[in-house]
Amino acid sequence: MLCKNVILLFLCITIAVTPLLIHTKASFTGTDDQAVDAVKEIKADYVPWMRPLWTPPSSEVASLIFALQAAAGMGFIGYYIGYKRAMRQKTFKDSTSEHANKHD
Amino acid sequence: MMKLETILDLMKRLKLFITTAFLIYFMLIPLPAFAMHVMEGFLPIGWCVLWYAVSLPFIVYGLRAIKKIVSDKPSLKMLLGLSGAFIFVLSALKIPSVTGSCSHPTGVGLGAILFGPTAMTVMGSIVLVFQALLLAHGGITTLGANVLSMAIAGPFVAYATYRLCRSINLPQWMGVFLAATLGDLCTYTVTAIEMALAFPATDGGFTVSAVKFLSIFAVTQVPLAVCEGLLTVIVFNVLSTYSVEELQELSLFSNKGCN
Repeated sequence: MLCKNVILLFLCITIAVTPLLIHTKASFTGTDDQAVDAVKEIKADYVPWMRPLWTPPSSEVASLIFALQAAAGMGFIGYYIGYKRAMRQKTFKDSTSEHANKHD
Repeated sequence: MMKLETILDLMKRLKLFITTAFLIYFMLIPLPAFAMHVMEGFLPIGWCVLWYAVSLPFIVYGLRAIKKIVSDKPSLKMLLGLSGAFIFVLSALKIPSVTGSCSHPTGVGLGAILFGPTAMTVMGSIVLVFQALLLAHGGITTLGANVLSMAIAGPFVAYATYRLCRSINLPQWMGVFLAATLGDLCTYTVTAIEMALAFPATDGGFTVSAVKFLSIFAVTQVPLAVCEGLLTVIVFNVLSTYSVEELQELSLFSNKGCN
């Protein structure tokens, strides 16, 4: 399982990194921003009728919040896997010691 | 002295006004919802209302589904949390794509396979609200549209794909991969269609617009969708080693390993 997952993860990283190597001069902005431009092209007089209630003051603050979001998620996933792994080892240990006791 | 009283009175009124405004605001949006990213204010109000109306029944149904899971099978609570956490992680990963721009995966495929699509409508909605309020990513007015694309269309396509793959006896890992990949792609296709419906080109109408928005959202998304498929298979591999009992309880696991 570990070996398979490492290969899959490596593939994933390759997919993410390749564009950076191909487009050395691209801006890599978000698709949302491009959609805004497309709307302006189609309907130049469109005025957004609502603004976000709060916008992160800088891209640093935005990346902080993104990092927190990912960290919270990963924290739980790590906890889950660790918990499950320990539980499995425990049941395995219990069953082998029971087995040993029977032999005594 | 008189003046001070007037100011105090005014402030009181202002406070009342703000409180009422907030109350109305939150009552209009009684349920958390998630947006696969039509920007705030970028849908005319009619479309906002329509997509809210379409999405709401799914959220209500999803809340019921989650309630049922939690009460019937409490042992699955942790796994439900995991599928939510997976959405949190994946939707925070902005990955560069071959088109020279960035986008992020959705992560709803995993949960849709495990718990069915409507449970993921709720989970997805929570992440959408989080990103709309704290990251100005997506929006509250466009929440209905975003829930429809990311938290309804995506999970349903993922779920249907997985079921189909299993019924024609494809290996489990392939079913998981295709489900997550197609679910992700579908999310962005729906977003593009929503934008095109709201902004048909003056010359050529809906089709021209649809092609334009699809080229922005969906094409960028292809490599990311593959990434999401791979990541979902990774997590599924881990689950099929450590969470055999849960997967059996969800009848996703008949005899042995997923690969």
